[in-house]
Amino acid sequence: MTAVLEIAGLVRRFGGLTATDNVSLTVMPGEIHALIGPNGAGKSTLINQICGELRPDAGAVRLMGRDITAATVPERVALGLGRTFQVTSLLDEMTVRANIGMAVAAREGRTFRLWDRLAGRASVWAEADALLRGTALEPRAAVVVRDLSHGEKKQLELLVALARRPAVLLLDEPMAGLGHAESQEMIGRLAEVGRTTPMLLVEHDMDAVFALATRVSVLVYGRIIAQGSPDAIRNDPAVREAYLGAEDELA
Amino acid sequence: MRAVILILAAAALLALPFAAQAAGQPALITLATRIAVYAIAAASLNFILGYGGMVSFGHAAFFGLGAYTVGVMFHHAGAGPMFGLIPGTTHLLVTIPLALAVSGLAAAAIGALSLRTGGVQFIMITLAFAQMLFFLFVSLTTYGGEDGLIIRRPNEFLGLNLRDRVTMYYVALGFAAAFFLILWRIVHSSFGAVIQGIRQNERRMAALGYAPYRYKLAAFVLSGMGCGLAGALMANVLRFTSPDLMHWTKSGELIVMVILGGLGSFFGPVFGAAAFLILETYLAGWSEHWPLALGAILLVIVLFTRGGVAGLIARIGGALQR
Repeated sequence: MTAVLEIAGLVRRFGGLTATDNVSLTVMPGEIHALIGPNGAGKSTLINQICGELRPDAGAVRLMGRDITAATVPERVALGLGRTFQVTSLLDEMTVRANIGMAVAAREGRTFRLWDRLAGRASVWAEADALLRGTALEPRAAVVVRDLSHGEKKQLELLVALARRPAVLLLDEPMAGLGHAESQEMIGRLAEVGRTTPMLLVEHDMDAVFALATRVSVLVYGRIIAQGSPDAIRNDPAVREAYLGAEDELA
Repeated sequence: MRAVILILAAAALLALPFAAQAAGQPALITLATRIAVYAIAAASLNFILGYGGMVSFGHAAFFGLGAYTVGVMFHHAGAGPMFGLIPGTTHLLVTIPLALAVSGLAAAAIGALSLRTGGVQFIMITLAFAQMLFFLFVSLTTYGGEDGLIIRRPNEFLGLNLRDRVTMYYVALGFAAAFFLILWRIVHSSFGAVIQGIRQNERRMAALGYAPYRYKLAAFVLSGMGCGLAGALMANVLRFTSPDLMHWTKSGELIVMVILGGLGSFFGPVFGAAAFLILETYLAGWSEHWPLALGAILLVIVLFTRGGVAGLIARIGGALQR
């Protein structure tokens, strides 16, 4: 079985600092692979290299067996790599519905048309409405993103990523800044999405990680120090060492 | 409601020459013609500046190239073919497409290079390219150098006499109407939505799978062509073209019109061009230090009306409906 996403020997240096130090990991079909690590471990640097916003100094990124190390961000997205942003990054002046519509249109293509009417592209809006149906955002469809709450923006991030029907989904701290109830709701949603879409979940919230992950990698100072099932990671002495002072979090 | 306003506006614009003559103010007709032409240029700039978020400080280059296309073709119609090859012409139906092609090609070259940068660098590079063209035309003595080219006869167009100011007004108005119709379609197309998305969040658009560069370049070229059209019309209105049309201050004037009218508002540039040219005309008749007064007025508008003249009108309209 080929990995949906494979990262092999990735290295990225900033001056004297090695932010990503020979990192290798895979996301297998049906898997929710969680990546955890203390602040400054290099999680964001790693995510940015997988997405294509940052070029690695060495190593390779493969998507379903295909080398995408040199591909641009839009090329990777077109090949099936989806992502959500830690700090929500949306089209702030457009409505919730339009944000999803833009994602659907991007997948359908034919967006280099100067003489069509976007508002009249029935297939785009039918799919956008179908994605919204039954979600907490459905009654908020006509609201401009700027006026959404933080929790709603986080939900929209996920919906927009799903609108592209990704083969694998990179989630950059989807729980960041959510309240307890919102977090529980997000965990439920991710569990549901995870049944069909494999994920690499970068997350601080340990409850979420242990509720969702099928496998966990621990990143410390740019290096993976442990990899295994959630239970194995929970009891790994090296991981406990790295999280010293945050032991209750892991308990 | 919207349709009623549009019909009333169209009727007013069509009746304007008669009203101006009845009021004994024929100079108003030429002023209105210049407003129509500058509205095209300002709306072209607004398409990339207001909708696309690209601050071009060199759009006078395309305006000037459009004007020079008409001027140079007129020159060669009298003085023999350009390089002994390209014959001159005095037909508007030839000079307009030619002006669109020339300004479009120039915009493709300038855009391809400058769009690799962003922010302040983009502003400076577009400015630099425009100034290069300005100095090029200053040095071209064949075409009058810094004195410019006098176009003794305006272009021929469907047997109309473009020297007649009322006829020229209607021709300019017709071109402006067609231009705004096309612009409306583009703004509301899939392409137009992508351009607006890129302004709002380029990183997000890339993450959706849009490659921003080619969309931005296409928008830049379209915008340059719009300015080229305006320049070609302006050469016929003034029957004159000079490097001043591509000086950086002209690029600045276009930006002022866009901001004055309302950044990213569809009809804003019309109001902006009108406000700018009316103020210029009347303030200049009042004092030679008119830019000082214009600056003060601009400052007030930028500081106190969000969305320029168009924003002001929308808010008055909203208050009336309540």
